[in-house]
Parts: sequence; structure tokens; C-alpha cells
Amino acid sequence: MTGTELARHEADPAGPVGDTERVALVDLLDRVLAGGVVLTGDVTLAIADVELVTVSLRALVMSASALAAPPRPDSRDAGARR
Amino acid sequence: MTEPRGVWLYAVAGQVDAAALTGLAGVGGGAVRAVAAGGLTAVAGDVELEEYSEAALRRNLEDMDWLAATARAHHQVIDALARQGPLVPMRLATVYRSFASVIATITARAGDFRQTLDRLGTRKEWGVKAYMADEPAPAAAPGAGPAAGAGTAYLMRRREQLSANQSRRREAAASARTVHGELSRHAAEARCHPPQAPQLSGERAVMVLNAAYLLDEGRATEFAEAVTVLAGRHPSIRLELTGPWPAYSFVGASAEGPGRSAAPASTEN
Repeated sequence: MTGTELARHEADPAGPVGDTERVALVDLLDRVLAGGVVLTGDVTLAIADVELVTVSLRALVMSASALAAPPRPDSRDAGARR
Repeated sequence: MTEPRGVWLYAVAGQVDAAALTGLAGVGGGAVRAVAAGGLTAVAGDVELEEYSEAALRRNLEDMDWLAATARAHHQVIDALARQGPLVPMRLATVYRSFASVIATITARAGDFRQTLDRLGTRKEWGVKAYMADEPAPAAAPGAGPAAGAGTAYLMRRREQLSANQSRRREAAASARTVHGELSRHAAEARCHPPQAPQLSGERAVMVLNAAYLLDEGRATEFAEAVTVLAGRHPSIRLELTGPWPAYSFVGASAEGPGRSAAPASTEN
């Protein structure tokens, strides 16, 4: 016992299948709104496919953070990009 | 009376065991299909454009309940597939007008997808968040000080509190940087997300690290042990480990190699 407050949020990697419902929404939004391959817009695999029902992912992330605001002066891009 | 349909793309994989898809409910409750595209497999499903067109998405994404349900549905499909083998997850809300355009898009980018699939292999993502530890109990009871004037004593106490708070913040930020550096050494790649908003996380403590680590298969236990050790060594912060996750944070432009890990965001406003 280390006296620390380490929390484990999912099953042991070698253990039974993790429970999707137990994934914290905030951790999930970090990943599905800012991670994943972008097949349109302005990032990695950006292609100009007019067939795509465009979703401006930048606007999308903004809307998610707008839900979460208030803005923190130094946090928006500090860790995510360089 | 067919509604206009769109195609929601979840992920691209090498091969997909069709059995893994049966019974999976996708976004909007629809079925999930595996479609061959450029030697790869696109995992996608129909959605109604009434709900998932650009305009509708813009509106719906403002709705926290809708966003939560959609994010969970997207993740559920990707997570189930990620347990079968390597895949490249798509960002939320990648919607096409037809399966034909999905196939054309992926075929045109097949080389990139293959490269990413090779790089990821069986690696999984783990998350580590660090918060400033709870404030220690005050050393002296209020009013225990010597008999300076009441106003002066108050101001002095207040100044001490502020300065103690600042140094706790600095210490927590420094610990977070150290922890991130140490943990990055266990990972193939590492990346920092911006700190989470307390309104979303419900966590009142200040977040000083919100990182993701891409781990080789079989290194999860060693990594979790490292987290425990570091938590013991850095009492100024509280650590939380999450995962395994599909490699969401390591398929975009911002993923970085070990030597170039972004430093955790500073909390010194």
C-alpha cells in the first residue's frame, strides 16, 4: 500500500472485456472529438471529396469546448500540438 | 418513402471478422457493415441524414445528451473491433453520402491507412491524468497567531495562503512534467490532450496532465506499475490511469514520437 490515490478505470488488460459504459464521457470526448483520423477538413488525411457531407471538425471541437467553457488562458492548444 | 441516408464511418481495418459485427448497434441504432475498399475493410453503417447531415450535426453536437449517446455508440463499435485486431478509428461524425464514396475515399488513401495500421500493430492506448492533490489541512488554527492587529493578521494569513497555493501549483506542474517524461519512456508514442474542463469531468481539482500513451502489447502491466510508483513518489499530484483504448490519439497529425513528446500544459496562469 503506497498511500496513493491511483484509480483504475477499466478492467485489467489481461482480464475480462472492459465495460464500455464505464468509460468516462469526458475521456471519450477527448478522444473521439480530437483523435481519430480526419478524412476531411484541415488535418492529416484531408482530401477534397465533395461527396463528403462536410463536418467542420474544427467547429465541432469548438462546439464541444464551448459546452465546457470557460476558456482557460493557456490550455487550449498548449498540450495538443506543437 | 426512403429517408435520405448517409454512411457513418467508424474505422478502417485490414480484415474484419464479420462475426464481430453481428448484433452490434451502431450510431442511431443501425446495423454495422464491413465493406471492402482498396484491399482494406471499411466499417460503416447507415444513418438518416435528417439527423446526421451537416446542418443537423451542427445542431445536435450542441446537445450534450445527443453527443454523449453518439460518442458512446461510435466508441462501442470501434472498441469491439479493436479487440479483434488493429484498426484506424475515425473521428466522430465522419459521414458520407454513399458507400461508393466511402470506398473511393479509402481506396485513394489505402497506402496511408496501411502505413498507420502497420505502425499501430497490436499497440493500445492508455490514458494518464494528473490532478493537483487535495490541499493539506492548515498547519495552525485561525486566530492562533500572535497579537498583531486583526486586520494585519488576516492579510498576512491570506498572503501566506496565496503563496502556498502558488508553490503547490508549481510543484504539481513540475511533478506532472516528470511523470510524463518517465511514462513516455515506456511508450512507443505519447501525446498530451488539453486539460479537461471541470464542467465536463465533474472534477474540482486542477488538472495538470491529460496524456495518452501508445503501448506495445504486453507492456500494460509494467506501465501500470510505473504509474503506481510515480504516484507514490509525487504526493503533490493524484494520478488516474484509463485504458486500454483503441489508438484514437495516435492516428492524427498530432501524434508524436517518444523523443518529442509535448510537455504537459502549464497550469501557472
